[in-house]
Amino acid sequence: MSFFLETLAGGLLAGVMYALVAIGFVLVYKASGVFNFAQGAMVLCAALTFVTLRERGIDLWLSGLITLAILVALAVAVERVVLRPLANRPQITLFMATLGLSYVIEGTSQLLMGASVHELDLGIPDTPIELGPIQLSQFDLAAAATAGALVIALSLFFDRTRIGLSLRAVADDPGAALSIGIRLQTLWAVVWAVAGFVALVAGLLWGARQGVQFSLTFVVLKALPVLIIGGFTSIAGAVVGGLIVGASDSLAEIYLGPLLGGSVSTWFAYVLAVAFLLARPAGLFGERAIERV
Amino acid sequence: MPPVASVSALPGAHPVRRALVPTLSARATMLAILVTTAFAVPAVASDYWLNAILIPFLIMALAGLGLNLTMGYAGQASLGTGAFMAAGAYATYNLLLRVPELPLPASLVLGGLVAGLVGLVVGLPSLRIKGFYLVATTLAAQFLIEWVLNQYPWFSNYASSSTISAPRLALAGYDLSRPGGRYLLTLGTVILVTAVAWRLVRSQTGRSWMAVRDMDTAAAVIGIPVAQAKLKAFFVGATVCGIAGALWAFAYLGTVDARSFDLDRSFQVMFVIIIGGMGSLAGSFIGAAFIVLLPILLSHVAGIVFGGAIDGGQLQNLQHILFGGLIVWLLIHEPDGLSALASRLWHRLAART
Repeated sequence: MSFFLETLAGGLLAGVMYALVAIGFVLVYKASGVFNFAQGAMVLCAALTFVTLRERGIDLWLSGLITLAILVALAVAVERVVLRPLANRPQITLFMATLGLSYVIEGTSQLLMGASVHELDLGIPDTPIELGPIQLSQFDLAAAATAGALVIALSLFFDRTRIGLSLRAVADDPGAALSIGIRLQTLWAVVWAVAGFVALVAGLLWGARQGVQFSLTFVVLKALPVLIIGGFTSIAGAVVGGLIVGASDSLAEIYLGPLLGGSVSTWFAYVLAVAFLLARPAGLFGERAIERV
Repeated sequence: MPPVASVSALPGAHPVRRALVPTLSARATMLAILVTTAFAVPAVASDYWLNAILIPFLIMALAGLGLNLTMGYAGQASLGTGAFMAAGAYATYNLLLRVPELPLPASLVLGGLVAGLVGLVVGLPSLRIKGFYLVATTLAAQFLIEWVLNQYPWFSNYASSSTISAPRLALAGYDLSRPGGRYLLTLGTVILVTAVAWRLVRSQTGRSWMAVRDMDTAAAVIGIPVAQAKLKAFFVGATVCGIAGALWAFAYLGTVDARSFDLDRSFQVMFVIIIGGMGSLAGSFIGAAFIVLLPILLSHVAGIVFGGAIDGGQLQNLQHILFGGLIVWLLIHEPDGLSALASRLWHRLAART
């Protein structure tokens, strides 16, 4: 029983890490209706920049600030060069544009900072601690706490500030929002910058877990089922989706994997997501689209 | 309006012009010359040209054509191309191996049809969901099929690390194992499939695909059987991709494992049609030429500019930046791809003569 609980808890903690990545997608999707495939490249770019600065002997917080500044600059540039000319184009076009964008960001990051694996030490010890009958990694708990804090901060930001209010207006009806004087372009840049910040947090935590390397971009592929289950438009959905995916993924790996004779983690989350989709085509928390001819 | 609703893709959408008849016959003549030259190529081309450029170009064009039918004509975005290609390759392999009485073309077509059935199943969710949600379900197929082929050694006839190798390729007693033969096999297949696809997109089926692509709700309202059109698009597109996959395995690489058909392959084929032009058969060929030639060109240019001071990894990064940038640029400035550019040029030239 305690083994089951330990697997479950480990999965839930991993799920929080997935949710962290998924939130970055939700932010951009809410503001501009784009499924931002480049989020994974942004995670890689953030982690790689940070670790390169750290290896040059720059202070932890200063590295973070410089990386954040670069990500904000990237957000402004993306809005200017990619999003603005593509405004009012169909969603699938925007999706493909972010696909191209992810190639550019990945290529540039690796061209400038190399493709080797970097170790990243955030100073959080990775020792197991006893919690009743089960053992949990201290690092995972810290990561989960960070993610939780981030979710609360983002919710406050979008619920209590003017920018948050205008974001919700844009998400509801871009045309109406424009007509009452909301500056869509500024808003997009802000949202992409916030998504960059989320990418930085995710990149640091994932980078510390598995080393800063190209495979960080694959967290996109882990986050996609999370988004489908939770719905593209809900931060709470991303968290719940992350927990579902994390828990079921690690349980399936332990209990289903041996039955099928191999690791199921590459596809299990996707098949689960498709099952959810067939039952609820807009995700658990998504808004059902109404179409008019 | 989706970007794929290109004017040039709709037959008869160009204003009727005096030059229409001569243009058509000029087109036919040009096509005939092109096809004849293509068949004569092995007489002059070196093995390098056949192996490294022409064969992969033709096969990528075929895969692009398959995705173009599903995505460019019927508007059903798919990232499962790699999985369909893998299904076609492994099915053809098993047919060649286990039913040796079947002639090569029959195995190819049957292998393609198996991939088509896989595509049909993958396409089922499209009846209920669309957009990225649909993209995600095709991703599920991509990962699942790659895993299944790796996991169960029956598919690769218990070969080590689940690789499959081309059996002897022969047709009616002719040995097709040499580069020239493999090229002719590929070329013949590509021409036949393209001809069928050309007829198909101009038929009732093709028109209902385009209606579904432009707006499926509206298509349903005017009485187009939307579900049938979507499933047909997945079936036909996956069949073509499956044939392309079998050729990729046996006429191009010779030996493959399931990783040759991973998600990167799906992306690559999607880039072929974005660059070449969605909803345009010619676009698949233009895009494939671009995708195959650009890396070769780039490595030559880099060799001249940097004189060997640049390594392969960096070259690949440069290539990613170029491809990514080009895709963003094309989506902004030429959403119908290079084929729209080419067709504008063609019409300008035709109008002048």
